[in-house]
Order: sequence, then structure tokens, then C-alpha cells
Amino acid sequence: MLSLITFVPLAGAAIVAFAPQRLARVIALGASLVAFALSLALLAGFDAAQAGYQFVESAPWIPQFGIGYKMGVDGISVWLILLTTFIFPIALWFSGESIRERERAYYALMLLMETATLGVFLALDMFLFYVFWEFALVPMYFIIGLWGGERRAYASVKFFIYTMAGSVLMLIAILALGISAGTFDLEAIARDNGAFAANTLLFLAFAIAFAIKVPVFPFHTWLPDAHVEAPTAGSVILASVLLKMGSYGLIRFNLQLFPEASAAFAPLMIALAVIGILYGAAVAFAQSDAKKLVAYSSVSHMGYILLGIFALNQIGIQGAILQMVNHGLSTGGLFLIIGFIYERRHTREMNRFGGLWAKMPLYGALALILALSSAGLPALNGFVGEFVILQGAFAENPLATAFAAFGMVLSAAYLLTMFQKIFLGESRDPANDALRDLNWREVVSVAPLIVMCFVIGLYAAPFFNLMSSSVTGLLTGAGLAMK
Amino acid sequence: MSHETLTTLLWLAPLPPILAFAVIALFTNRYRQTSSTIAVLAMIASLVMSFIVFFSVWQMKDLGKKPIGGQIGWLPTGETVLNIGVAVDPLGATFLFMVPLACTLIFIYSVGYMSADPRYTRFFAYLSLFAGSMMGLVVSDNLLTLFIFWELMGFCSYSLIGFFYQKPSAYKAAVKAFMTTRVGDMLLLLGMVYLYAQTGTLNFHAILRSEEVLKELAATPAVLGLGISAAGLIAILIFGGTVGKSAQWPLHVWLPDAMEGPTPVSAMIHAATMVSAGIFMLLRFFPLLLAAGEHSAAFTIVGLIGAFTAFLGATIAVAQYDIKRVLAFSTISQLGFMVAAVGIGAYVAAAFHLLTHAFFKALLFLASGSVIHGVEHGHHHVSHAHHSGHASHSGHGDDAHNGHDAHGEHAGDDAHAFDPQDMRNMGGLRARMPITFVTFLIGGLALAGFPFITAGFWSKDEIFADAYYHGLVKGNGLAALVFVVLVVSALLTAFYTMRQIAMTFLGQPRTEAAAHATESAPTMTFPLIVLAVFALFIGFINIPKDFPIFGALMGDGAFWLKNFIASMLLEKPEPLAFNVVPVLFSIGVALGGLALGWLVYARNPLQAGQTDPVEKLPMFNFLYHRWYWDELYRKIFINPLQAIADNYSRVVDKGVIDRILEGGYALGARVTQGFAEFDRVVITGFSDAVGRFFRNLGDWGRELQTGQVQNYLLSGLIMVIAILVFFLFLFQ
Repeated sequence: MLSLITFVPLAGAAIVAFAPQRLARVIALGASLVAFALSLALLAGFDAAQAGYQFVESAPWIPQFGIGYKMGVDGISVWLILLTTFIFPIALWFSGESIRERERAYYALMLLMETATLGVFLALDMFLFYVFWEFALVPMYFIIGLWGGERRAYASVKFFIYTMAGSVLMLIAILALGISAGTFDLEAIARDNGAFAANTLLFLAFAIAFAIKVPVFPFHTWLPDAHVEAPTAGSVILASVLLKMGSYGLIRFNLQLFPEASAAFAPLMIALAVIGILYGAAVAFAQSDAKKLVAYSSVSHMGYILLGIFALNQIGIQGAILQMVNHGLSTGGLFLIIGFIYERRHTREMNRFGGLWAKMPLYGALALILALSSAGLPALNGFVGEFVILQGAFAENPLATAFAAFGMVLSAAYLLTMFQKIFLGESRDPANDALRDLNWREVVSVAPLIVMCFVIGLYAAPFFNLMSSSVTGLLTGAGLAMK
Repeated sequence: MSHETLTTLLWLAPLPPILAFAVIALFTNRYRQTSSTIAVLAMIASLVMSFIVFFSVWQMKDLGKKPIGGQIGWLPTGETVLNIGVAVDPLGATFLFMVPLACTLIFIYSVGYMSADPRYTRFFAYLSLFAGSMMGLVVSDNLLTLFIFWELMGFCSYSLIGFFYQKPSAYKAAVKAFMTTRVGDMLLLLGMVYLYAQTGTLNFHAILRSEEVLKELAATPAVLGLGISAAGLIAILIFGGTVGKSAQWPLHVWLPDAMEGPTPVSAMIHAATMVSAGIFMLLRFFPLLLAAGEHSAAFTIVGLIGAFTAFLGATIAVAQYDIKRVLAFSTISQLGFMVAAVGIGAYVAAAFHLLTHAFFKALLFLASGSVIHGVEHGHHHVSHAHHSGHASHSGHGDDAHNGHDAHGEHAGDDAHAFDPQDMRNMGGLRARMPITFVTFLIGGLALAGFPFITAGFWSKDEIFADAYYHGLVKGNGLAALVFVVLVVSALLTAFYTMRQIAMTFLGQPRTEAAAHATESAPTMTFPLIVLAVFALFIGFINIPKDFPIFGALMGDGAFWLKNFIASMLLEKPEPLAFNVVPVLFSIGVALGGLALGWLVYARNPLQAGQTDPVEKLPMFNFLYHRWYWDELYRKIFINPLQAIADNYSRVVDKGVIDRILEGGYALGARVTQGFAEFDRVVITGFSDAVGRFFRNLGDWGRELQTGQVQNYLLSGLIMVIAILVFFLFLFQ
């Protein structure tokens, strides 16, 4: 089942590679929808009461080194699987609006990336994890570098260097851990982590690798450049899915394998989280490029996730997991929203818009909903996640929580400012006069995200119920439960 | 009525307006008549349900001990589940009376007031959501849903204040309102998080009527070693929410600007919804304040901020010319009265004043809207006659309506900017708009606290009585201070109210527009009349039992409100013995202030071109510019934040972090050059083979080929191999 979900997109990529250009998008979309349908079936068959991994598949791969092909899903990864298979069809659907050259290569790469990210979330073998990890990043490099904006060369190289730096650290850590433990089986190492629980070096190697991906301040500077240059669908995937690989890794590796080191470093991580929240928000406020603004808002929002993870308690981690999904929906949606206007005007300079709400009422309304979702307005998803995270963090560190809550004031500031500059007031450029409201294809691309924003905002209980056993199991297994 | 039925009605009561919002936004947004009808009917449905609940419970003696309601699980948080639900208790019940009634009247008024606006349907959609949110807030039995509706109201106010979003002043006011209140909201959120962490529940009844929980909170020291109890810190944080929402200093700056929205919105914000919500929540948490202790920091902060705000608002209102801005500052001031009352423990008096204020302030705003409407009408009439040479009045009725509130938008039409809200452009409207005049007068007298016949007198007197008793009889310094400050503020209130009435309605018209003003349509005057009745008589719900004559007249009805809502508290407050001194004070300041205003403004009404006497005051500029708080905030908060934001990405991201990165990259490049030497000698053949392999991957693969990428992939591969080899040797 899990392998099927993971490799359906890859099969799609293979077909796309040999299919005619004009069919590329349809095939890619079909493959990603099959993956989504399969992951819904996975959700239906998922047993919420079970704390451990389900649907486990295991086969020897390189038995000499204790490396195996092992996949499994638990209440933590299942939401990331769904997020991934949910977002990819949307991104592929919208790609039809913007990608007009070398389509085959583009769609094949996107599908390759989907397989790889699913693999990252499902792999239970560290080596397998690493392989998928690398495969997830390389396609993104190409997508930025080949279909990106004007400074794409700089952005893609920066992305690649950061990524490589993180990967190398992670590889060193994985090899060191795997070889000394005699196995690369994540479950086995986690079960018997006594020897490494307090290993600072390994903790740091993993933490830095994942922190780059999240990104945690001060490892974040690749993100705004990558986002600004990436094509819209690339930005959506980057924000919604790829960043989550980092935060997922922090939970799966750092918390589970090195609980004592995690506890020791929690204050530092919380401090970085709060810095990220406030710093990202402050910098977002100053941007005049809408996409850059949303990119920096990601830095801020991912700070909440980091805060929730290193609260090291049930509530905080659950909030962080939900917030990963929320961030994927809201920020992915905002990148689509910016993509809509970019396709029309070929600029994202907010000062060149103004008064768009009168001309594009539907567009304005959808943009406002997503902005408010991102700003944490209750009844929408962002609030639930942030509230639960703050609840978890408060038990650990009230002062940090207070600063983090202030970030919600700032997020309202930059998002409403963005909305105001684009939609309110009078038009500042005659080119806006010819703008037309969203067409049905665009509405279709963003509507599922908005529906989910409301669903989670109004009733998030099913999401928490499905993850809670696994989070409890993780904390108990790591010896953090009694904190 | 059975408790189950009442509970069902409570769940349903907020729904019609919220559904109306959805229906109008999604389906009927092109049909003006249909949309406003849906909105009004939905509001009436909500009103009917609320009234059924209210009249079923209003005589229940133990409703405070046993509120009626129901719960469902909503949010699992670790081991506990956060329940949400609805409940009606005495405090909520009184609001179930006031809120939907005021909202319904405002809705009806809006049908007339907004009739020519091009975004009529959108207005009713937002207004419905606004009312529905407030209803939801009132029936909430827990802080979480209260907060959710609280924030939704914040969003509605943002949308409605910025309703004329083409105008910079409107959208700036909208953002300002949202941001300023959100500062308070975050304090409230922290208070909520803290409360939940301490008690494991957010249910009002479970926390605020449980002696055990309150004692525990009072005994726990607050986090961060602040030296006060958890109860005190939580109460202060929650009060932060009130400061934002109810426009208390230092977060009061948003409310005067909020009048950029259409006038019915001002009535909603100032009376039925936003600002009342803040006091409502503070009243809810009164038991927590009590738990923190009578002389705790929490009470002191609440009392001082309230009193200071009451004074601040009253002084500024004296020196304003915009008819709505005077009212806005009077709201700030009156809310300060309520907060100060809470701060000295006068729980019932605060609730009482909140109720009466809601009615007379809604009345004043709607009446001022009628004034603006009339003056604008007159102005269009005049300027049209002027431009075209003949006044074909009937044919241009629509044009005349289009302008109001959005007059900034149409500034280009006018030869000179005419401000229909400036009281200096009015005068003599008494004759032109008799219904508006009489109703405004009633509202004004209620605000001023005119003795016996207005509701405002009774509620203000109640606050004075409490403050006098605690301060000057019992010797509580804070209460004494509050008493003095409130007495001075009440005097100013009566004075600026008289000034406003005189400048607007008395004397001769000072402009052509005022001379040609016309009375508003019945959809607008009808709500005024209803509200005027309440502004006069709502005070009778809480006449002191032993008040001469009136107490006897009321019989068993005396102190209804006190008897009803005091059952919310664990210990019922002792009714104060009647004391004539505070009564004399409240009569004295009301009549004195009105008389002073009469002397200055009514005896010799302002003539066209004449300077307002208050401008002769030495501190006029200080007052006119609202004590310069806005300028101060701009200097100390907004500008620095802007500067930080503008510079940080340049300095930190590009200047520091990327610089380090580039340095590291250069170093890395040198290292890889070393590798490259090794590479050329040893692995050339291998990498060539790899290169060939990549090139043969098919035509899409060829599209990807760039020399650069190959190098990266190659160096990555080499590193992997090198490290693998290294570790294999190391761990053997």
C-alpha cells in the first residue's frame, strides 16, 4: 500500500517522460490524483488507537550494513502524506496556467519530487530516508533553475548549497548512527536509544540539517530567494511540502532518537523559534514584493511549528503537526493567490496594484480568506494550530509564549498591509484597468485549500484524534512523557 | 419552557445572522432588496429566540448558580478535551435582551440609511456576521468560543470600518482598529492559555463559580516570579483584551477613527457589539478579580485605567467639531466609567451602565447619522441648485443619497470640500428635523445623566454611590480617587453634550446646507423613537430600593437587575444603604454641566463665522489633537518597527548571514578544488562515464543538462563516496 502510494507518481513520471508534450499535464494530474485517492484509502484503513507504525513493509536491501527497505505510517506522518498528495494535484493543475515550455521535463520532475517527499515521510530506514531526501531536493533545484524568474541561477545555486550542506551533515550523522548501532532501522534504534539519547553531536548534526530545511533562523536566507524565483507551483510545493520535511525530521529523528539532547537543547530551539517568529514577521512587513512577503511569513509561521515541537509535550507537538498541515494550506494558497495576479500583470510589486477588489471581487474575497487564515483568525485553521501550540509552549516557557503570541499581532499587520496595498484604495497603475476576475480553472485550484481551511478551523478534533496515540507513544518511547 | 428547549434556542440564536451572511455573500449578492430583507428577517429571528429565552429566565432566582445550557467536545488537547457550549446566566440574559434589540433597530435603520450605496448587499452581509458574532459571544459558556467570536467581530469591524475602501482614511482606520485591538486580543489569548494551563477548563461556570478553583488560582504564584497570584495575572491579561476592545487607554486610539465606517456601523461598534463585548467579558471575569483580592494589583490597574480613560475621553470630547467624533470620545469616556466601576468592585453598577449606555449611545449615533444625512441632503440640494440654476429636486434624490459617508469619494464633485459632519456647518436643525432633534436631545440628556427621567442618570448614580461608599465612607483610596475623577468627568460630559446639542440644533443655520436640511425617512426615524423610549426608561430596571419616591414606586421591581445578576457572584454583594451625598453630586454635575453648556452655547448660539469659545482655552490644541497620543505612538512604536523591518533584511540577512555563507562557500570552494585535483587524476574516467550515462537518459534528460549542475551532482557524489569510505574505515 505505502509503496504503491509512493511510486504511483514515479510511474506517472516515467509515462510522462515518453508521452507527447501536450498530454504531459493530464497524465501527471492523473497520477497525482491516483496517489491522493490511495492515501484517502490509507486514511480510511488507518487505526487511530494504534501508537506504532501501520501498513509496515519491510525487505532487506543491503543487509551487510543493516540497511533495509522499510516503510510505515503512523499518526504523525499520515497527515503529511495526505497533505502531500492533496497539494500536488493542485500545484499540477495550476501549472497549466504558467508552464508553457519543456512541459514533459517539468511534469516528470514534479512527479519525481512527489514520490521522493512521500518516501521521506514514510521511510523507516535511515538510509532509505536519506535517498528519498536527496531525490526530493534535486528536482526542486531544476524547477527553480529552469522555470524560475530572472535571478533563478542565483536562487537555485543558493538553494542547492544550503541543501547540500544540510544533506552532508545528515548523511554523516546517519552513517555514524547506523554503523555504530549496527542497523539503519529507525524503529529499532528508537526502541533502544539509550546509547545515543544524550548524544549532542548527533543531535546537532540532525538538527542543523533539518533546521536548514524548516528553515530556522539563521539558516533561512535561501528561502525568500528560492520562493521569489520559483514558478508558482514550485513555490506552493516548496512551502507546503518540502519545508515540512525539516519539521518532520526534527520530530522523527531528533525527538525520538535523542530525547535527552532534545531536552537539553530545547531552550535554545525555543529561543530560535521565537526569534524566527518575530524576525520573519518584521522582515515580511517591509517587503514590497508580495511573494517575498509570503516567503518571510513562512519563516515566521514555521517558527510556531518549531516552538510546538520543542515544547516537548503532547499538546505542543500535536499543535505543531496540525500547524504543518495548516501552513501547507494557507501559505500554499497564498502563493497561488499571488500566482494568479502574476500571470496577469507579470509583476508582484504591491505598489503597482491597488483597488483591485472593485475589479476582481471574487479574487479579493478568496485572498482575504487565505490571508486571515494565515493571520490566525478564529474559525479558520491557523488559529487552532497556533492556539494549541501556545498552549503547549506555555507549560514549557511562558515568556517565550508571550513573545510568540505577539507574533500573531505582527502577522495580522503584514498580511492586512499586503491585502490593503493590492486590493484597497485606488489603482496605482493603469495596467490594472484591464484585469479580469478569476476564471474557473483558478477557482478550482484554490477552492479545495479554502474548504480545508474552514474544515480544520471549525472542527479540528478528527485531526488530533488520529495523531494523539502516536504522539503519546513517541513521548513515552522517548521518555519525555512525564515532563 | 423546558431547559432542553431553551438550550436549543441558545444554540440557534446566533445562527440566523451568520447564515444570512453566508447566503448573501454566496448567493444573493446581486439582489439588493432580497439581501437586506434576508438580513433583517434573520436578525428578527435571532431577536425572537433571544427574547423567548430572556422572558423565560428573567425571574429565575438561582439562574446564576445553575445556568441553562449544553456542551459538546470540540478540541482534544492531550489528556483533556476542550468543550464548547452555550449557556444563559443572568449576565448573559440581560445581553440577550439588549444586543438583538439594538441590532435589529440598527438593521432597520440601515435599510434606509444605506439605500443608495452601490455595495448595499455587502454591507448587510458584514453587518449580519457582526451581529451573529456578538450573539455567539453572548451565549458562549466558555472563553474559547467567546474569543473566537470576539476575533470574528474584530474582522467584521475591520471590514465595516474600511467599508469605503477606496478612501485611504477608511482603510487606514480599518487596519488601525484591527491592529490596535489585536494587541489586546493577544494579551487575552495569553490569559486564556494561562487559565487553561492552570485549570484544565475554559468553562465560565466551572472556573468562576467554583470556590475551589478560584482559591487555587489565588494561592498559586504567577509565572515568571511577578509577585502576584496566578488569578491576578490571568485577570490582568484578560483585562488586556477589554482594554483593546473597549477602547481604554492606552489602546483607545482606534475608536475615534472607526467612525470612517458608515454610521450604522458606528452604532453597532459603540453600543450593541464591539465595545460592549469588552466590558461584558470583564464582568464575566469579575469573580477572578475578586479572587485575586480586593487590594490586588489587578483591581488597582483596572480602576486606574478606567478612571483615567473616563477623564481623557471627556476632556477630548469637549474640543471636537465632528459630530461623530464627539460621540466617539464620549463612548471612550463612558466605557472608562464602567471599567472604573469594575475596578472598585461595583459589579452591578458597571453592568447597569453598560446596558443603559448601549441604548442611549446607539440612539445618539443613529440620530447623528440622521443629522449628517439631512445636512448632506441640504448640501446637495443647494450645490445642485447653484450649479444648474434650477432645483429639480426630485430627479436627483439618488445623487443626493450617494454622497453620504463616502463624501470623500465624491469630493471631486464639490467645488469646495464641505464637511457634513462638522458641527460648525450646522445650527438651527431643530426646526428642520424635529424627530431627530427630540430623540437626539433625549439621548444627550441620558448621556449627561439628567436626573430622574433618563436612564443614564440612574446607572451613573449607581456608580457614584458605590465609589462614594467605598472611597469616602470606607476609606478606600482608589475608590475615592475614582469618585473624584468620575465626578469631574461627568461634569465635562454634561457640558460637551449641551455644547453638541446647541451647536447642532439650536440657533440659526450657519450654512446653506443646514438651512435646507430635511428630516430623514421613517425607516430611520422609527428606530430612533424606539431607542429614545429605552434611553428614558431602561433605568427603571435597577432603581435603588430605598431611593425616595422612586424606590417606593417600583415596589418589588426595585433593584431587579441587582437581584438578578448578583446571583452570578459567589457572595452576593450587600446592597448599599441609601446615601444622599452621591445623589446630590450626580444631580449637581449633570445639571451644572448642562447649565454651563447652556450659558456658553445656547444663550448666544454660535453665528456663522464665529469662533467656538472653547478655542480660547489655553489647552485647546492639546485637547483638539487628542492629547497627541496618535503622534506619540507613531514615534515610539510604528516608526521604529518600520525602520527595523526596512533595515533588518538588508543588514542581517544580506549583510551578516549571507556574508558568512559566502565566506564559507569560498572556503568550501577551495577545499573542493583540492578534491577536483584528486578528481582529475583518479576519477576522470568514472565521471566521464557518469556524464555519458546522464546524457543518454532520453531527450527530456538532455533538456536538463547544464554544466554547473553536473559539477554539483558530481561533487556531491564524490563527497558521499568519500564519507562512506571514511566511516567504513573508522568503524571497522
